[in-house]
Amino acid sequence: MGAEIIEQERFTCALGAMQTVVAIPKALPILHSGPGCGDMVSGFFQRSKGYAGGSTTPCSNFSEKEVVFGGVNRLRELVDNSYKILNSDLQVIFTGCTAGIVGDDVQSVAEEFRDQGKPIVYVESPGFKSNNYVSHSVVVNAIIDQYVSQYEDESTFRSQKNTVNVFASIPYQDMFWRGNLDEYKRLLEAIGLKVNILFGDKSEGVREWQSIPKANFNILVSPWYGKDIVDHLKDVYGQPYVQYPNIPIGANETEKFLNKVIAFAIEQGADINEVEAKRFIKRESDAYYAQLEDLATFLLEFRYGLPNHAHIIHDAGYVLGISKFLINETGVIPKEQFIVDDTPEKYQEEIAKELQSISKKREVPVFFSPDAGKAQNKIREITHKGKGIIIGAGWDKQIAREKNYDFISAAIPTDYRLVMRTGYVGFTGGLRLIEDIYSNTLSKFA
Amino acid sequence: MGKLDISIPEVSIREIRLGSITGYQGSAKGLVNESGCGGLKNRDRKFQQCAGCSISKAACMVTLIQDAAVIIHGPVGCASCLHEFNFTYYVNAKSRRGIDNPTQRKIFSTNLKETDTVYGGARKLAKAIREVNERTNASAIFVLSSCASAIIGDDIESVANEAEEEIGKPVVAIFCEGFRSTVWTTGFDAGYHGIVRKLVKPPVHKDNGLINIINFWGSDVFTEWFKPFGVKPNLITPYSTVEGLSHASEATATVQICPTLGSYLGAALEQEYGVPEIRTAAPYGIIQTDRWFRELGKLLHKEDIAEQIIKEKKEKYLPKIEELRKRLKGVRAYVTAGSAHGHALLNIVGDLGMEAVGASVFHHDPTYDGGDGAADLLERRVRDYGDVPNYNVCAKQEFEFVNVLNRIRPDILLARHGGITLWAAKLGIPSLLVEDEQANMGYEGLISYGEKIVETLENTEFIENLSKHASNPYTEWWMNEQPDTFLKEAKTEVI
Repeated sequence: MGAEIIEQERFTCALGAMQTVVAIPKALPILHSGPGCGDMVSGFFQRSKGYAGGSTTPCSNFSEKEVVFGGVNRLRELVDNSYKILNSDLQVIFTGCTAGIVGDDVQSVAEEFRDQGKPIVYVESPGFKSNNYVSHSVVVNAIIDQYVSQYEDESTFRSQKNTVNVFASIPYQDMFWRGNLDEYKRLLEAIGLKVNILFGDKSEGVREWQSIPKANFNILVSPWYGKDIVDHLKDVYGQPYVQYPNIPIGANETEKFLNKVIAFAIEQGADINEVEAKRFIKRESDAYYAQLEDLATFLLEFRYGLPNHAHIIHDAGYVLGISKFLINETGVIPKEQFIVDDTPEKYQEEIAKELQSISKKREVPVFFSPDAGKAQNKIREITHKGKGIIIGAGWDKQIAREKNYDFISAAIPTDYRLVMRTGYVGFTGGLRLIEDIYSNTLSKFA
Repeated sequence: MGKLDISIPEVSIREIRLGSITGYQGSAKGLVNESGCGGLKNRDRKFQQCAGCSISKAACMVTLIQDAAVIIHGPVGCASCLHEFNFTYYVNAKSRRGIDNPTQRKIFSTNLKETDTVYGGARKLAKAIREVNERTNASAIFVLSSCASAIIGDDIESVANEAEEEIGKPVVAIFCEGFRSTVWTTGFDAGYHGIVRKLVKPPVHKDNGLINIINFWGSDVFTEWFKPFGVKPNLITPYSTVEGLSHASEATATVQICPTLGSYLGAALEQEYGVPEIRTAAPYGIIQTDRWFRELGKLLHKEDIAEQIIKEKKEKYLPKIEELRKRLKGVRAYVTAGSAHGHALLNIVGDLGMEAVGASVFHHDPTYDGGDGAADLLERRVRDYGDVPNYNVCAKQEFEFVNVLNRIRPDILLARHGGITLWAAKLGIPSLLVEDEQANMGYEGLISYGEKIVETLENTEFIENLSKHASNPYTEWWMNEQPDTFLKEAKTEVI
């Protein structure tokens, strides 16, 4: 299945996980790759330069000469000069297809510089090896093994009982990653935890990464991607993890998510004031429903056409999260769903089951394939009564127009939406998604 | 440059065909002189940043053909940025090309995996072509190579030829893997090479009254300009149809809006089918605009019409241009662009009375495929308006650019490509990005561009604010070094 052609790809290759490094404050990706790899990555994510991504990123720009004779010397010179030209706290070398096939020994180069005391890591990331959903975990684990490991002290493993490492949004692949991570941090701190969020400007950069081993446990918000990270941390630091299978959007899911974390934290010996924590959740939930109640008349009575069903074309975490949200908190019925993140087969059954759990009354057909062009063709063939809404990437705007459906751009790549700090996670995220859906509907009138 | 070899599947790269380079620091005049004597040597770098990919250059010339489908034969990453062409296609179809119902671009990846790099990806590609043929109504299918498919040695040409026989429509192999050329505009050549080999047909009727315009997706200024001459433009290859392209051989002449883009296609159409090229560079700036109209008149045997147009345009536009010159006199401008469009902008800078204090271009072609020095805009620029100091061929190397810009501190940055204006803003320098290159042509273009410059110079509050809060990853050491510190000694690359 995974080996078929892909039309309108919604993710990129293994090297795309250079954005995982771009998202760490003052970290520097270094590419040992062909000249166009960085350009392709920038073009895919757009507005994703960060501190030293995009055209700032050093690259060995493989030419025919390096393909024939190898590029190790060129890489060594590149890394050496990177230190003269660019300030950075952490460097991560990525290999592209060229270096991968030629077989350059990048590990040795990284180790040479590490022996000189440089905070440098290498990752094997030829594009053919995997995609950026998978490679994100490879990068994080490489940083843990090659960098964080230098700051380890076994006696301090899991020493901070209320500290957690959070692995949720994949930076840039989740276009709402900044806002989503903000909200996870806010919610988890409010229930009494100290949070290593690790990415974005609300993290403390490499200092925070150094403290990963001290965290009591890990939180994974994802049905599959990122699981390799928490499994690895369990192995190296003995940290257990709690997994939530979807992005918690709106009140129902956010309450469940937080309650699950609270129970787990207490089980792991964290010092949580459960009464206070639950009081916080209730306060947030009450405020949320007060607003929903204010809106309900509109949802129930608006007579000029609101969407009544939805197709979501997104990764598994979003398809689950948005479906659960829509059915319970807006009344929009999730119809055929399309998971386009190249979910490994071993996780598909579990995800499909989770999706069926959203309603006792109906089946939600779900299709797994990274070939989003095929998903669009399927949508072309389907008809349901009433107006639909499509939630997907920029590509899906055209299919929505063909079907005269509403459209929300909530996945990358998208040329039709700019996201600064918006997030869909949590209570506030749910309200924001409601705003987006219905403002979009209303904006089309007159 | 010798004869173009259309018979072989792979286009000859620019370094070999034209002697193109990606590293130089000096003056424009120095570069022109070195280019002229055939002794231009490249300077490699000891430090480099992400450059560009031939794939996206080839892809932009084939993806935007109305009824084409495109397969990138490589890992999924090699098609990553192409969604941007889908956007471009929609946006400009209506506003600039009068296409009311633009259709979704058909872009596929063969999604090569590790096992394919071991066992080869040819069968997967053959299957992909069949699938794409069934799924789309494309009139032609383009297959673009990638670094991975090239190194593992997939025989894309044979697969494409076999598929072409099987499905009965053109399947065009294009060799544009990133590592093949340090000059990524080789990708344009690769795309055109495939188009000329497989799509353009021998002429049935010659001299059909159409002028091929090799261009991107800018505004159509040509329809109006050509009316008095009784000819019409045939804008290629974006927004062309496969059928339309097949008749490019029947055109009366070919015009390139930019030789960085069109060098190969213009020369190939002349060489293979005798379509004459207009023997002068594109009409940027007054002197070059006059030359261009005269050449057009000569080619169409309507010299008097050309003279009449020039006269009318001077009467109509010179007073306004004079006003702009007064306003812009002495403004220090720095130009950055791919290559030839930089020369065009330098013409405009010269004509508007501004001072060209430097330029950064991505590469330099010491000659073009048509083999006529008259097409060399930079040589003309130096002759028409004088030398340009601080002329840097930089292969999109941001670190050099930031260093130079910080030293020179121009009053304005005039840019053609994205990503660079940010650095001007960080340094508090106003900048103007040219998106619609055709809108700056001729007398009219000089005025509209000049007006935009005036507006840009006045609109400074945003960048002043931004520059106060800007971050800078570059070390203080580097900002104070000479910009050519990491350029190696000049030598001719042996490939």
